[in-house]
This record gives sequence, structure tokens and C-alpha cells, in this order.
Amino acid sequence: MKRFLLAILAVINGLRRRKERLEARDEERHERPDRIVPPGPSSPRAELAVAALLLVAALFAVGFIVVYAVGGDWNRTQLQGITFGGALAFAAIALIAAGKHLVVEEELEEEYHDPEHPEEQKKIEQIVDESGSRITRKKLLITAGGAAGAAVGLAAITPALTLGPLLDTDELRNTPWKRGLRLIGEDGKPMFADQVEEETFYTAFPEHADRDLLGSPVVVVRLAPEQLQLPPERAKWAPMGIVAFSKVCTHAGCAIALFRKPTFAPTQPRPALVCPCHYSTFDPARGGEVIFGPAGRPLPQLPLVVGGDGILRAGGNMSGQVGPSYGTVRSRRPT
Amino acid sequence: MRRLVVALALLAAATAAPTAAQPPGGIARPANESALSPIDLGAALYAGNCSTCHGIAGRGIYRRDSRAGVGNVHGLGPSLKDSGALAADFYLRTGYMPLGHPEEQPKRGRVDFDERELRGLIAYVASLGNGPPVPTPHPERGRLSEGLRLFTSHCAGCHQVAGQGGVVTGARVPPLDQATATQIAEAVRIGPYLMPRFSERAITPAQLDSIVRYVKLTQRPQDRGGWGIGNLGPFPEGMVTWLLAALALIATCMVIGKRLRS
Repeated sequence: MKRFLLAILAVINGLRRRKERLEARDEERHERPDRIVPPGPSSPRAELAVAALLLVAALFAVGFIVVYAVGGDWNRTQLQGITFGGALAFAAIALIAAGKHLVVEEELEEEYHDPEHPEEQKKIEQIVDESGSRITRKKLLITAGGAAGAAVGLAAITPALTLGPLLDTDELRNTPWKRGLRLIGEDGKPMFADQVEEETFYTAFPEHADRDLLGSPVVVVRLAPEQLQLPPERAKWAPMGIVAFSKVCTHAGCAIALFRKPTFAPTQPRPALVCPCHYSTFDPARGGEVIFGPAGRPLPQLPLVVGGDGILRAGGNMSGQVGPSYGTVRSRRPT
Repeated sequence: MRRLVVALALLAAATAAPTAAQPPGGIARPANESALSPIDLGAALYAGNCSTCHGIAGRGIYRRDSRAGVGNVHGLGPSLKDSGALAADFYLRTGYMPLGHPEEQPKRGRVDFDERELRGLIAYVASLGNGPPVPTPHPERGRLSEGLRLFTSHCAGCHQVAGQGGVVTGARVPPLDQATATQIAEAVRIGPYLMPRFSERAITPAQLDSIVRYVKLTQRPQDRGGWGIGNLGPFPEGMVTWLLAALALIATCMVIGKRLRS
């Protein structure tokens, strides 16, 4: 209560002071000599409009606080956006209007006049010129600055090397696959050959190897053995009709995430591995040959064997370089 | 040039399926329909509407030189012996079958059979062999996060992570916006048309529940921002935002910079 009274007193005091201030200003104005510039055209309407816009902005801002404070169903991003965005927008409109209608604008041109004291000006120029330099080995400094700039610039673009094969290309040339390595499924368990079914596809990795290596993931599908038309030298790479290919597209390196298989072969397209990025389509029955799309070379095939324990194992390394094609790799056909 | 070829091929794939995927002669019905028992009704409907392609008693037709059947269509179609109620329920209730022409890609359409006829047909197809029954998924038991993970690794390659479909070379990938929980569960096991099928070892029933739950979420996405922009993720959203914001900013700059009176 006491505080409340104090506040009212303060307000009354403020009002009285304001009146005094206004009176003082009026007196001051009377005392001033006659004005040189005629009073500009006043624009009470513009003033009113600007004030109204600012008040609307204030209203929106208060609305935001209310929306935020009330919470529940009212505290939605849409309402928050509308209220806060509206506050900013109206404040901006008010400022633009004020700038256009209330700020006095005047354009004046004035010609440069000739220098008044030519000799003295020259002297000043000379003084500035002579006193400005303590540098005696200008070239050295320029060279050092250039070196620093170039080195910093190079350092900044060094991470871009990661984008292309320039320094660390081992991962592109070598895969972790070796003869005898077991195929590990996505669930972390070895893949048994008799559990691999037709009309579906699996992802597998070499055992004991980093799954993130470019050469690691392979896509495994099983086809009817009579469907296979592998090149003669790969005849033994598909035990029980199971074939494995690198899961990395030879075009741009996306994952071969699509496998299409016909429900009824006579009327429907043949089985194919498809890359979802640019629809490169590879034929698993013909050793990963490209049958459609921008890829320039077949998918590298991984030779498979079935171990005595019935687990699928690699029969050797991939048939070609894994990963996207670049430079000379594009034209090089795998053996 | 290659890109052009790709684009044209995709266009061709997208427009290949004709609009009316129904038999040219319409549905053939027995005259004494209400008097027949469900399985006899199914057999009669099968003979009139399905046997042209799937053969007598679901044996399938595998040769192109077969004699023309209903509507002078030269049938060609797989055996239904062990398809079971699961596949029949899926293909009939989605309107995938009956197909107007054996070479078409089946697509979702109007179901021309009524409920009694559907039950009869499904019971008849189920009686042809030892196929799986209609599954009963329990999406409420699934976990959304697991569903998203599984859908991303198994399904999103073709159907997009938002379930909106797309293309695979040679076929259109249907959107999942109208799929019921049962139909999703059936499609995963069948692999209709070019879709791979997934056995219970590849996707367990519990995992399937999670996938169904996730797909049902994509059918009613929570658009927190008010406008989903196809629910394709942050890239289109950011692009739309920048386009709108850039236009607004340019317009504002022009207003500020313009002289009002001069």
C-alpha cells in the first residue's frame, strides 16, 4: 500500500515537472531571435499514424508475452510467430513512415572552392607524407604478409581435401574383404547361406572390419540359379544362387538401397539393384552390369563361398574398385 | 544427354499405368448371388473375374499363347496356390485386382466387390493351398523410434521417409497415405509387384508393429510449423523460408530506399 502511494506521488510529481519544462521551453522560444528558416510544414496526421503504428507494435509484443505466458493450447509456434513477427513488422513500418514523413529532408549543393593557401596546403601534404612512414624494409613486410595470407588461405581450404581423392586414397583402392572372411549381417550375426531367401535383399559387412569403410558394405541377394548369367570366370562366385555386390553406387557413391524383384516374371521387369540418388540400375544376375542410369561401370562383385559351417564367406576381394567413379576409374572395367 | 534420358524414362514410368485398371467387361457376377454360400460365391466370382489370368483353380497361366478369356484378354498371371488369405485380402481390398491388362502395374483403386463378395473370394483363394492368413498388426505395441529406424533402412529407399512414394526404374512406387495397418503388414510379407518381400526373420512381427505405427504417423504428420511443405525435411523448408524471406527483405529495402517526394 505504501509503495502504491509512493508511486502515485511520483507520477504526480512527474506531471508537474513536465508542465514546468514546457513552460520553460516556451519562454526560451520567446527569448530567441527571429527564426531564419521558416517553420516546415507540420504533419500531424503522419505523427498520429506513426504513433498508432508504434502502439500497434507494442500491442503485438504484449500479445506475444501473453501468448507465451498463458501456455497450453495458446502457446503455439504459429501464434508466437504472428505476434512477435507482427510487433517487429509494425515497428519497422512505423520507422519507415517516420523516415518518409517526419524527418526533414533537404538537398543542397555547394561547389568546392579553390584552395585558399596553396603553398601551405602543399607543405601540409609533405609533412603528412614524411611523417607517415617508419618502414625501412617494405618488401620484406609485404612478402611476409603475403606468405601469412597464402598460408592461412590454404589452411582454410585444406579440409576440402576430404571431399576428393588426393592424399588418403587407400580406402578407395583397398577393401577390407579377404578370402575366408565371414559375412556379418546388419544384426551383427554371421549370415547362413540357407537362411538367405529369394525376392528380398540383405546388407552384410566383413567380420572384424570397420563398417564405415567404403569397401565394407555389400548387398546380398539370392536368385534362382537358372536365372544367373554371370561371366564364365565368375561361375563359382554365386553358391546356391547367392550373389554379393558393393553397396556403394559406382556413379556418385550413394547406397544401393533399392532392390526390385518381379512378383510375376513374365509380365514384370527383371530383378535389379537400384540406387535411389540418380536411378542407376544394376543387374545382379549379370554380374552387376549397368542396365539403366548414369553409372559408368558395373557394381563390383564380391565372390562368395559357403564354408563347412554353412556360413557365407568371401571368396576373395571385390572384382573392381569400389566407390564412385572419378578420373581414370570411370573407364576402367573390372576384370 | 544421359540426364535427359533418365528424366524421360522416369516420366514414362510415371505415366505408364493407364487410368482405369479394371477389367474391360466390368465385374461378372453370378445371377443367384445371395443364394450361394460364401465359398461358392467366391468360386463363381473367381471363375468370372480372375481365372482369365490366374487359371483354373489358381494354377496360374505362364504361356503367352493361351486362349483368350473374358473380354478377349490373353491372360498371363502367377499361380495363387499358396498365396493364402493374406495376399487375396491385400490385392482385393486395395483395388489392385482385378487388373485390366496383365502387363499393367496394379494400382490402388475403387473396390468393385462388396464385403460379402470379398469374403467369399478371399476364402476361396485361401482354400486353394496352404497360404498365410490375414495378419493382425498391433501398431499400439510398436515403438515409433524403432519404426522410423526400420522404415529408413528397409522401406524409405523407395517409399521416401515421409511415405509419399516415388519411382523405381520400371515402376511407380505407391504412396502409403491410404494404406491401412493390415495392408501395410500384408505388403511387407508379400512384396507386391516389384517390391521385395520381408520374411519374419528379416522383420519380426514386433518390428512390423513399429513400422506400421510409424507409417500411420506419416499419414497424419504433426505440422508444428503450420505448413508441412511435403514433409520432405529441412532442406525444402529452409529453401521456402529463404525464398519468402528474401522476397520480403528485397521489397522492404525497395520501400525504404525509394524517395517519396522528389
